[in-house]
Amino acid sequence: SVAVNAETWTLHQFNELLEVHHATYTWLHFEAVSENGCAYRRSRWRKYETELQRCRPEALPIEFGDYHPLKPILVTDTKTRRGVRKGSTSSSSSSSSSVPPDPLSSMLDGTDPLSMFASETSTVPRSVVGHDFEPWSAKRGEILTRFTTTEKLSIVRKATSPASSAVSEKVRTRLEELDDLEEQDYANRIEELNQSLKEAWASDQKVKALKIVIQCAKLLSDTSVIQFYPSKFVLITDIMDTFGDCSMCVFLFLHTNALLLSDAFTCEDVNDTAKETCLNWFFKIASIRELLPRLYVEASILKCNHFLNKTGISTTLPRLTAMVRGIGDPLVAAYARAYLCRPLLTEMMERCKTMGNNALLLNSVMRAFRPEFVAARATDFIGMIKECDEAGFPKHLLFGSLGRSLASADPPEPERLTILNEAWKVITKVRSPRDYIICAEIWVEFTCRHFTKREVNTVLADMIKHMTPDRAFEDAYPQLQSVIGKILTYFHDFSILFSMERFLPFLDMFQKDSVRVEVCRSIMEVFIRHQLEPTRDPVILNAMLHICKTMHDSVNALTLEDEKRSLSLLIIGFIRMVSFGRDFEQQLNFCVESRSTFCNLEPVLVQLIHACAAYSFITIPSLSSIFSRLSLYLLSGQVALANQCLSQADAFLKAAVSVLPEVPRSISVEGKLRSSESFLLDFINNFLSTLLVVPDHPEHGVLYLVRGLLNMVQDYTWEDNSDAKVRVYISALPLLAAMSQETYLYSIPKMDSNETLYGGDPKFLSEINKLCETLIGQVLDHLKALGREETARRQGALAFSLFGVLVAHGDLRNNKLSQLAVNLWNLSHKHGYCDTRFSVRTLDHMKQQAQQLDMSHLSDTVQRLALQSRT
Amino acid sequence: MSVSVDIRLKRANKVYNEGEVLSGVVVLQCKEPLPHHGILLSMEGLVNLQLSSKSVGVFEAFYNSVKPISLLSSSIEVARSGKIPGGKTEIPFEFPLQAKGNKVLYETYHGVFVNIQYTLRCDVKRPLLAKDLSRTCEFIVHCQPQKAKVSPSPVSFSITPDTLQNSRERDTLPKFLIRGHLDATCCVVSQPLSGEVVVEHSDIPIKSIELQLVRVETCGCAEGYARDATEIQNIQIAEGDVCHGLPIPVYMVFPRLFTCPTLETTNFKVEFEVNIVIVLQDDHLITENFPLKLCRV
Repeated sequence: SVAVNAETWTLHQFNELLEVHHATYTWLHFEAVSENGCAYRRSRWRKYETELQRCRPEALPIEFGDYHPLKPILVTDTKTRRGVRKGSTSSSSSSSSSVPPDPLSSMLDGTDPLSMFASETSTVPRSVVGHDFEPWSAKRGEILTRFTTTEKLSIVRKATSPASSAVSEKVRTRLEELDDLEEQDYANRIEELNQSLKEAWASDQKVKALKIVIQCAKLLSDTSVIQFYPSKFVLITDIMDTFGDCSMCVFLFLHTNALLLSDAFTCEDVNDTAKETCLNWFFKIASIRELLPRLYVEASILKCNHFLNKTGISTTLPRLTAMVRGIGDPLVAAYARAYLCRPLLTEMMERCKTMGNNALLLNSVMRAFRPEFVAARATDFIGMIKECDEAGFPKHLLFGSLGRSLASADPPEPERLTILNEAWKVITKVRSPRDYIICAEIWVEFTCRHFTKREVNTVLADMIKHMTPDRAFEDAYPQLQSVIGKILTYFHDFSILFSMERFLPFLDMFQKDSVRVEVCRSIMEVFIRHQLEPTRDPVILNAMLHICKTMHDSVNALTLEDEKRSLSLLIIGFIRMVSFGRDFEQQLNFCVESRSTFCNLEPVLVQLIHACAAYSFITIPSLSSIFSRLSLYLLSGQVALANQCLSQADAFLKAAVSVLPEVPRSISVEGKLRSSESFLLDFINNFLSTLLVVPDHPEHGVLYLVRGLLNMVQDYTWEDNSDAKVRVYISALPLLAAMSQETYLYSIPKMDSNETLYGGDPKFLSEINKLCETLIGQVLDHLKALGREETARRQGALAFSLFGVLVAHGDLRNNKLSQLAVNLWNLSHKHGYCDTRFSVRTLDHMKQQAQQLDMSHLSDTVQRLALQSRT
Repeated sequence: MSVSVDIRLKRANKVYNEGEVLSGVVVLQCKEPLPHHGILLSMEGLVNLQLSSKSVGVFEAFYNSVKPISLLSSSIEVARSGKIPGGKTEIPFEFPLQAKGNKVLYETYHGVFVNIQYTLRCDVKRPLLAKDLSRTCEFIVHCQPQKAKVSPSPVSFSITPDTLQNSRERDTLPKFLIRGHLDATCCVVSQPLSGEVVVEHSDIPIKSIELQLVRVETCGCAEGYARDATEIQNIQIAEGDVCHGLPIPVYMVFPRLFTCPTLETTNFKVEFEVNIVIVLQDDHLITENFPLKLCRV
C-alpha cells in the first residue's frame, strides 16, 4: 500500500534519484511551522473566490459588503453547518409529532395528596355507577396497580376453624397475633383466604366459609393504610364475589339436584328444601354481629334473594343502602356503597318492563349498568325498545345507548347477527341525518367487532346513502371520522379494508380539506403501525396512493414546516412498505409515479431517491460494459451525495473503486480494439474531483476513499512503458491540496464535507501531507527510472506536469519546495523536448501571479527558471 | 353391616301448627336384610325448665327441682317385628298434632332456662347381641296465629344525659342527644324489628351503636320464682362516628328458635326486650331499654 511505500522510502534512495533534489526531501519531511505561520499546511493558501473573480475578464472591483443589485445573494452559513456527520441510515425515521406535556398540568396530576384522597373517595364509587361505565375487570386491574403502598399492613389472623387441628395450639395462638405484612404478602394472604374459602365450601364446611368471609370483610373497616384501601377493596370484594357465586351455585344445585331425585317428594317440596337452606343461610347472616361484614356478606348474596320471595332484591337493596349510613368512616362507607352498586340489576329490568312509557328509564338502565350485563340481555333490551312508546324518548337514542354497551361487552355469540339486524332496521329508518349518524356511529363499533367486511361494507353503504343527500355529511364530520377510527381499530389488514367497496366512497364524504387530511393521516398511521410485511397488492397500492395524494395535495404555501414533515413521514412510511420483490422495473415505475405525485414534499423525494439509489445499486452490476458501470457508479454516487444519501454514496463509490481492477487494458471502441488507458485516466480524474466533497465515513480512517482509490491504482496492471499510474498520482496532488483548504472549492448544499467535519484539524492536515509526500516520492522514483535516453521525452513531460502542479498548488514560499520546482523545471528542459511556447506561457502566468499580493515570492522562483532557447 | 335410620318429614322447614298432621317417612338403609323386633316411632313435646344458679342455690340448680312439663306424647309401632329387606326402605307415617288433655302446644323455643322442644324418635328394636338403633328428629311447632289485630304503634325515644337512670356521675357526662323511634314494640316474630336512630349531637365521638336482643325468662316454683335476662344476640347498626343528623336504620331479624311469641303461663314466662346500646369513644355505655311483645300472625 501507499503507506508501506512511504516507510520503505529512504533518504539514500532519494538522493540517488536526483542529486539536485536533496533539498526537496527535507521539505517532505517535517518542519514544524512554515514561514507564514500556518502550521502544518504545505499547500498554497487559496482564496477560491478571489481567484475566480480575477479570472473573469470583466470583473469589477467589488468591495465586500457593498450592496449591488446584480450581486447574487450569498448566504454563507458554514459556521452553522458545522456538525457531526449523520449516521449511515437516513434520519427520516424519527417522528416529532408528540406534544410535550404541559409542565403545569403534569405538576398537578396526582401530586397533591389532598385532592388525591378527595378523588379517591369521590370518584371511585361514582365511576362504578357512572354512565361511562368501565368494565369492572379493567377497573380492577387499574386500581390494583395504582393504589399501592410500601407501608406495613396488618391482618388479624384467627384460626379460622377448629377443623385445622393439625396446627398446634402454640402455633395457633401465634397466628392469632397481629401480622405485619408487605403489600405483596397481603395480597397473597388474601388470595390464600380466597382459596381456603373455596376449599371450605367444596368440602361442605359452609360455616367455616362464612367465617372466612366475615373475617375478610372486617379487614375493610381498617383504613390505617389509606392509600392501599382501594386495592384492598378490590382484593376483598373478589372474595365476596367468590362467596356470592358459591352460594348461588349451591342453591341452584339444590334446586336441580332435588328435582332429579324427586321420587317421594313433589316439586313444590323440592323448592321448599332449597328455600329452607337459603333461608337458614339468611338467618345466619342476619345475625352477624358486626355491621360491615354483615353488610358485605348480605350484598354478596343479593342474588339469592330470588329464592325467597317474589320481590327479590327490590326491598333488600334500599335497606342495605340505608344500612351503609351506619358506617362512620366516610371512605369505608363510600366503598361499601360502591360494592352495593355492583352486581345484579335484573330486578330493575323487570320493573322497567312493567312500567308504562318506560323509554327514559330504559335509557338510564342501559347507560348506567355494566355493559356485560346489558350485553347478555341485548335481545331482551331490543324487544323492550321496540315495544316502548316513541313519544317520550326517541328510539334511536335508546339504540345508541344499547350500542354503546355492546361496544364494550359482547352479547352471546348466536344472538349477534339478530341484534345487528334488529338494531339496524330501526337505525336505518331514522330520518334526521344528525340523529342517524350519532346512532350509526355507535353501532359501527359493534359491527366491526363481531362481523366481517361484508357487514361493515353494508353498514358503510347505508351510511353513505343517508349522509349524501343535501350534503348532510358536512355537519357530521366528527362522527364520520370516528366511524373511520373504529373501523381502523378492528381492521388492520389493509387488503381487506380496501376491498370493501364502500370504504373509499365513504372517504369521499370528507370534503372539507382539513378533515380529509386528518382522516387520511389517521389511516396512514394505522397502516404504518400495522402493515409489517412489504406489499405489492395493487388494491392497497392504489388506495394508499390515493390517500397519500390527498395528503400531499393539501400542502400549500401556508402549510407549516412541522405539518409538512409529519405528512412526509407518513408518505415515506407508505413508500417503504411497497416492495415488488425482484421485479425492479415495477419498483422503479412505482418510484417514478410517486415522484410525480409527491413532488411538493422534499423528504419524500429524498426517500424516492434512496429507493432509486438502491435500484441503481442493484442494477448496475448487471451491465456488461465496464466503463458504463464505472461511470454509472460515479454518477449515482454523485446523485446520492447531492441528495444527502451518504451511505448510498459511499456504497456507490466503494463499488466503483472495487470494480477498477477489472478494467481490461484494451477495449473495443467502434469495432476497433483500443487501449483503455485514456478512458481510465479520464474516469479517475473525474472520480478524484468528486472525492473532494465526500465526507469521511466515521468508522473508517481518514481519507478512506482516496487511499482506497490510490491503492487500486497502484495494484492495477498498467500497460508496460506507461506513465499512467504516475499521472494519476500527479493529478491526486491537486485534490489533496484542495482538501487542505479551509473552505472548499465546491461543496454540496446541505451536506458537510471534510472541511466542516475536521475543521482544519492539524492531524487531518498532517495526514494529507503524508499522503502528498508519498505520492511525490513515487513520482520522483518513476522520474528516476525514466532517466535513460529513449525515455527522456516522457521524463521531461512528467517532470513538467509535476512542476505545473507544484506551482499551481504548492506553497512556493517554502524554499525547499521552490527548489524542487526549479529542479523539476530544469529536468523537464534538460533534453530539450519541451514545448517552448508552453514554457513561455507558464513563465508569463507565474509573473502575472507574482504581481499579486502575497505572491511576490513567485518572482524569485521565476528568476531561477531559465528558459532554454531552442537549438 | 351398616344400617342407617333416618326420619324425613314431608315439610322441608319442619314447621307444623297444632291440629295439623305430621307426616313423613322413616328411611332405613341397609345392605343386607335386617331382622328386628319392631320399629317404634314416638312423638314428644316437652317444656324444660331450669333454675339459674343465681336465683336459687347452686345445688338446687344442678339437681333441677322443676319437673319438665309434657305437652305432647304419643307413639306408634310402624313395623311389627320381622325383617327389612336389603336396600332402602321407606315407611310412611302420620301423626295428628294434638296436645295432651287441656294443654296448649307452645311454640318451639330454645332458651337458657326455658326450652320448648318437640321431637320425633324412631327406635328399631333388634335381637340379642345387636344394639338397638334409634334416631331423633326435632320438628318445630308454631303456635296458632293470634286472631287479634296487632296495630303497630311507633315508639319514639330521646336520650340525653338527663334521661339516664342509675348514672352515678351525671355531672361528668358529656352532652349528647340521640333521638329515634321503633316502628313498633309489638312485633311480629317473623318480621324484622325496624326503626331509626338519629345522633343529633354528641360531644364525644360515637364508637358503635348496637341492638341487643334480650330474653327474660321467669320460672315459677315452690320457693317462688326466678327471673333472668340473658342476651340472645347483639347486632351492630353503626360503626364509628356516624354522620350526625342522618337517620340510621334500626333493623334486626328475630332469630328462629331463639325467639317465640311472648309467652305467659302459670309456671313460666318468656319475654323479650331490646336494648339500644350506644358506645362512646371513651367506652361509656348508654343503653335504652324497650320491652317487646312478640306475636305471630
